[in-house]
Amino acid sequence: MTVVTALIVLGVLALAFGLVLGFAAVRFRVESDPIVDQIDALLPQTQCGQCGYPGCRPYAEAIANGDEINKCPPGGQATINALADLMGVEAKPLDSAHGEEDVKKVAVIREDECIGCTKCIQACPVDAILGAAKQMHTVIAHECTGCDLCVEPCPVDCIDMVPVPVRPDNWQWDLQQIPVKNVESSH
Amino acid sequence: MSAATKAIEAGHIWTFPGGIHPPERKDRSNTTPIEVLPLAKQFIVPIKQHSGPVGDLLVAVGDNVKAGQPLTQVGINNALPVHAPTSGTVSAIGPGRIAHPSGLTATVITIDADGNDEFYSFTPLADYTTLSRAELLDCIRQAGVAGLGGAGFPTAQKLALQRPLDYLIINGVECEPYISADDRLMREHAQTIIDGTEILLHIAGCEKALIAIEANKPEAIAAFEALLPNYPQLALRVVPTKYPSGGEKQLIQLLTGRQVPSRGLPIDVGLVMQNVGTAFAVAQAVLNGKPLIERVVTVTGDNIAKPGNYWVRIGTTVAELLNQCGFNPVADSKQEQRVIMGGPMMGFTLPDLDVPVVKITNCILVPSNQELAPAAEEMNCIRCGACADVCPAQLLPQQMQWLAKAKDYDGLEQQNLFDCIECGACAYVCPSEIPLVHYYRKAKAEIRNIAREKAKAEVARERFEARQERLEREKQERLERHRKAAEARKKAQAEAVAQGGDNPQDAVQAAIARAKARKAAQAAAAAKQNQEGDDE
Repeated sequence: MTVVTALIVLGVLALAFGLVLGFAAVRFRVESDPIVDQIDALLPQTQCGQCGYPGCRPYAEAIANGDEINKCPPGGQATINALADLMGVEAKPLDSAHGEEDVKKVAVIREDECIGCTKCIQACPVDAILGAAKQMHTVIAHECTGCDLCVEPCPVDCIDMVPVPVRPDNWQWDLQQIPVKNVESSH
Repeated sequence: MSAATKAIEAGHIWTFPGGIHPPERKDRSNTTPIEVLPLAKQFIVPIKQHSGPVGDLLVAVGDNVKAGQPLTQVGINNALPVHAPTSGTVSAIGPGRIAHPSGLTATVITIDADGNDEFYSFTPLADYTTLSRAELLDCIRQAGVAGLGGAGFPTAQKLALQRPLDYLIINGVECEPYISADDRLMREHAQTIIDGTEILLHIAGCEKALIAIEANKPEAIAAFEALLPNYPQLALRVVPTKYPSGGEKQLIQLLTGRQVPSRGLPIDVGLVMQNVGTAFAVAQAVLNGKPLIERVVTVTGDNIAKPGNYWVRIGTTVAELLNQCGFNPVADSKQEQRVIMGGPMMGFTLPDLDVPVVKITNCILVPSNQELAPAAEEMNCIRCGACADVCPAQLLPQQMQWLAKAKDYDGLEQQNLFDCIECGACAYVCPSEIPLVHYYRKAKAEIRNIAREKAKAEVARERFEARQERLEREKQERLERHRKAAEARKKAQAEAVAQGGDNPQDAVQAAIARAKARKAAQAAAAAKQNQEGDDE
């Protein structure tokens, strides 16, 4: 008899706690970022494909599935460190097979040489090139990620990758002050 | 009325933490009246002299302009215009060195003066008290008035924030050593400053203004004391001499005991602050219709023969200004003469003397090496903590210096780096000569850059995803179109067959049958030939 009572009591308790836990799991569900989104947020979004995947999101998915974290040259060491932090693995140097870390660049079309073939427009992963068939094309500079993908398809080689110019508003303070040049007083 | 408000009304002066007392050296330049210098032959007007977007150009090379004529316009991005400093011809528009510590170039308009100094016709507003707020703000914006205290924030934009205000504070503290431009302006033009203050009060919809002057300017205080009895809505507050009591947040704490929240604005605590020079410029704009084309600049330092304050047209080059004031560069060939724009605490060494004076230039300092020692070799931090004692924002400069050197930007934000007003008090007291503010400025620029990159990456991601979606949609649409076309074709065929027409399918079958028959015939012929060959 006591055994039966014990079984009933334990059964009822198990049922009650099960219900409470089940309710809590539904009611207080924490919407966490899936790991792919978190990785994607750390990648530089140049969509350049230097990692071997067609864009940053596919690479993020590959990393989530165990690919190496050091295949992103535009992100450089900073991105590798951030990814290592997130994934809980050792940070390693950039894999030079995928390219070298470089200064930020932007594509510029030499407009008088452009023949209007639209090949670069189709190559641009972020739709940053404006133009139409047999019309001159131009790059929307502030949307360009510097991914380099438009250079290859151009049949007349009229696209240059130029470093982003330093302007007073994006200038990094120099710790070494620029020495003052002397201007002779003219009197 | 609360106790705190009563204390403000009674003229109580609070205090702020930290601060320093560097040698003032204001007496070199503040004893003589503001002088007007002969006009320069050439002026260089950068189109960006304020914080915010730049205006669209209104002139082209070769155009004749008159003094005060707008060179850029407000345009769609609500920019602040710049005006021609004198009459003459626009000789060039293009990149030129600007007064910026980087020594980089920006778009400048070069004007060759014709020497006649003809003025553009200004239309002063009618009685401003009858005009709407929007009209007055537009007038101030069109006149190109930016905060003349140092940051160059467009005045109209600051006043356009419509929030309940307790006080308007007019900042005449001018706490940085050497500078006396505001001091002389207050002594000589107190009435105009008061007129400007009244206009600002009217625009801001505020009842009362506090005019703050540091105790080391007795003549300026006397000038205001003589006039203020006629203006019950204005009150004078004399603050004790301490650097940096003229900082916006510090002065608010001194006058009201309130603290501006971190990353907040004075308007969050019901206050708005304007510099005395700005009040003067507002009065000029509203009462005379005159745009901001000149300002008072202190030219001082041991290597200047005629130190003093001068009315300088915006766009005059520093070299020209120094020549007029007796510039004696240091004779030592090993040491180049430093020329500092701004004061000794917050100014920066000019990369080149051909840069123009702009709206925010309050001082040109030409020190000898005895009075202002050149930057010495940085030594190791000895953890004395003197920097934390003098920090007016109660930050931990030493800690921030370690973090900045380690490029730990998250750590710096946790230490509230962005509350640093870059006053330089920490670097002033540092016994190891560490250029602390430089480290902070660099870290701030780096953090801003990272934020900018992040925002850009976010846009790129959105655009990439939008493109992927578009390509997928176009592919689906194409497939759908092909499917529909195929269906339509089949349907048309079926209809044609039903109506007794040729079934193309029959034609195909017939062709296949013909081909088969031909093949069979060929095979038969070959078999027959083989047989005949065997028979022979």
